[in-house]
Amino acid sequence: MTAVVATNETILVVGGGISGMTAALEAAETGKRVVLVEKRPYLGGRVSQLYKYFPKLCFPTCGLEINQRRAKQNPNLTILTMAEVTGLTGDKGNYRATVKLSPRYVNANCTACGDCAKAVTAEFDDEHNYGLGKRKGAYLPYRMAHPARYVLDPAIIGTPDAERAKAACRYDAIDLDMQEETIDFPCGAVIWATGWKPYDAAKIQPYGYDRFPNVITSVEFERMADPTGPTGGKLVRPSDGKEAKKVAFIQCAGSRDRNHLLHCSRICCMASFKQCTYVIDAFGTDARINVYYIDLRAIDRFEDFYQKVRANQNITFIKSKPASITQDKDGSPVVHGVDTEGYQRFAEPHDLVVLAIGMEPSVDPASFPVPIVLNREGFIETDSANGGVFAAGGAADALDVNRAVQHATGAALRAIQVVNSVARAEV
Amino acid sequence: MGELNTAMIERYRNSFLKEVEANVEEGEWVKMCMQCGVCSGSCPLGKFWEHPPQEIFMMIRAGKREAVLQSESVWMCTSCYNCIVRCPRELPITHIMHGLAHYAKRLGLVPKTNPTAKFAQMFWDNLMVKGRVNELKLGLALYFMNGFGDGIKVALKNQKLGMAMMKTGRMNPKEAFGGHAVKDLAGFHKVLKKAQELEDARIAQNGPSAGA
Repeated sequence: MTAVVATNETILVVGGGISGMTAALEAAETGKRVVLVEKRPYLGGRVSQLYKYFPKLCFPTCGLEINQRRAKQNPNLTILTMAEVTGLTGDKGNYRATVKLSPRYVNANCTACGDCAKAVTAEFDDEHNYGLGKRKGAYLPYRMAHPARYVLDPAIIGTPDAERAKAACRYDAIDLDMQEETIDFPCGAVIWATGWKPYDAAKIQPYGYDRFPNVITSVEFERMADPTGPTGGKLVRPSDGKEAKKVAFIQCAGSRDRNHLLHCSRICCMASFKQCTYVIDAFGTDARINVYYIDLRAIDRFEDFYQKVRANQNITFIKSKPASITQDKDGSPVVHGVDTEGYQRFAEPHDLVVLAIGMEPSVDPASFPVPIVLNREGFIETDSANGGVFAAGGAADALDVNRAVQHATGAALRAIQVVNSVARAEV
Repeated sequence: MGELNTAMIERYRNSFLKEVEANVEEGEWVKMCMQCGVCSGSCPLGKFWEHPPQEIFMMIRAGKREAVLQSESVWMCTSCYNCIVRCPRELPITHIMHGLAHYAKRLGLVPKTNPTAKFAQMFWDNLMVKGRVNELKLGLALYFMNGFGDGIKVALKNQKLGMAMMKTGRMNPKEAFGGHAVKDLAGFHKVLKKAQELEDARIAQNGPSAGA
């Protein structure tokens, strides 16, 4: 049985992505007791699925490593992975949270040696790579997963694969009798940091994401560029594995569209500029890139990065929201539309089309455990009616990592104020 | 009609956008266009337009009154609704195009040879007689729209189709003599008269003499 030490001066953080990690660490480092609940088997969220950050083009692994070290050495922080908040009752300063823990089937003895993964045969779509590759039924979600502990896919439990994994383990780390648990504990304030999800590209019917293999999303392209990703860092067409030298980026795919997401997702312009550099890095002067846009939103200090990308002779910016994509006989996606600068019609074939997909909020008001105020885009609003529940990062707005971290620090401060007032009341 | 046109120019002078907002059906939506171009790219007849819808919206804002109202483009719309479905700002583009065409007609600015405008008038006149479209008469009128010789040629070309339609009861030669009407023809005309009154009142509200 998992035991959690908590009081109504404890802060519950829901979601262990970059925002949740930040909020939890900031609060824990002020001496507050924090419980961090993460649905996935590891921390880091969508940041762990990025190859590089914009605008510095540095690696997110660096910042994640720092945060993981902070998490490891902080005695005030309890991390629950494969855990979901199923209930929350009470009010500001006096909540009780119910958390469901899914079995990992691997205990703390695990040294991440990988023998279990070698022993099992069944393969599954790799969630970490958005299904672009396969992973084993016993797996480490990604190479710097924290906790650095393997996971058994529940689908192999009761099959010979599970026994093979257990037999292969030299550390007695595999426990096939592990059961789902439900625990509950008190807390004074809640930081809701459940982040965002990529908008379902198949809903943008004219772009044919569900029909054409060489139309992919920006999050998938990001995995493709990563040397530890499904293609080993090679930019290729999913249909035939040929090099994708001529690439189209379609901006506002799902964003700023009353048929899809109302809001501007803010990250996609910079994300596409960054991904342009991946194509240039891979193919040099052989690269041909078209960026289709309504207008470009690279604000403040991002302007320099935009100007640098814009100056590249191999990158063309076309002011047009494409109307549709078709596929030619070679399987190349053809982008159709009208260029707003001159009103010229175009039908341009590419090796690969990348949809700069929008950020959809992850908050479902119907299943939210307490009354919550959402804005019309579906993000959590800052509102006193939310009591001691504070949104952080992507749950509150479409934010890049930098802004999400700043926002999470603010949420941590709000939560600290609540538990401080609880503490004072009890003195 | 020329008089109304002069009066409207006088009233709105430098703001064609305001004129469109006040007088064109759904015209208040024009300013919402963000020039993304998805409508133009989605139009199945797009390549035949001199000015695609997105350009029309920009021209309205730029005050190109004559170029818009005398353009053939606003008459190109076939009401397929592809543009409305895809417009990220939900502009009723189809309706705006029809609204512009209608306004141009009211002002007497429609290009004389525009076939869509000619057919629309023909359809209206035909419908007004009996409250039902007399398809035989409308079809014949359409065939002979461009002269007698041309009409005979088109009629002969479509002979087989016509015979088949008659055989299956889809077209009745007796319709050439008068044709059948709606049950309450007088009532139908009354409805139209009332609609015309309402429309005239609406025009007067925004028109040249309003607020004077």
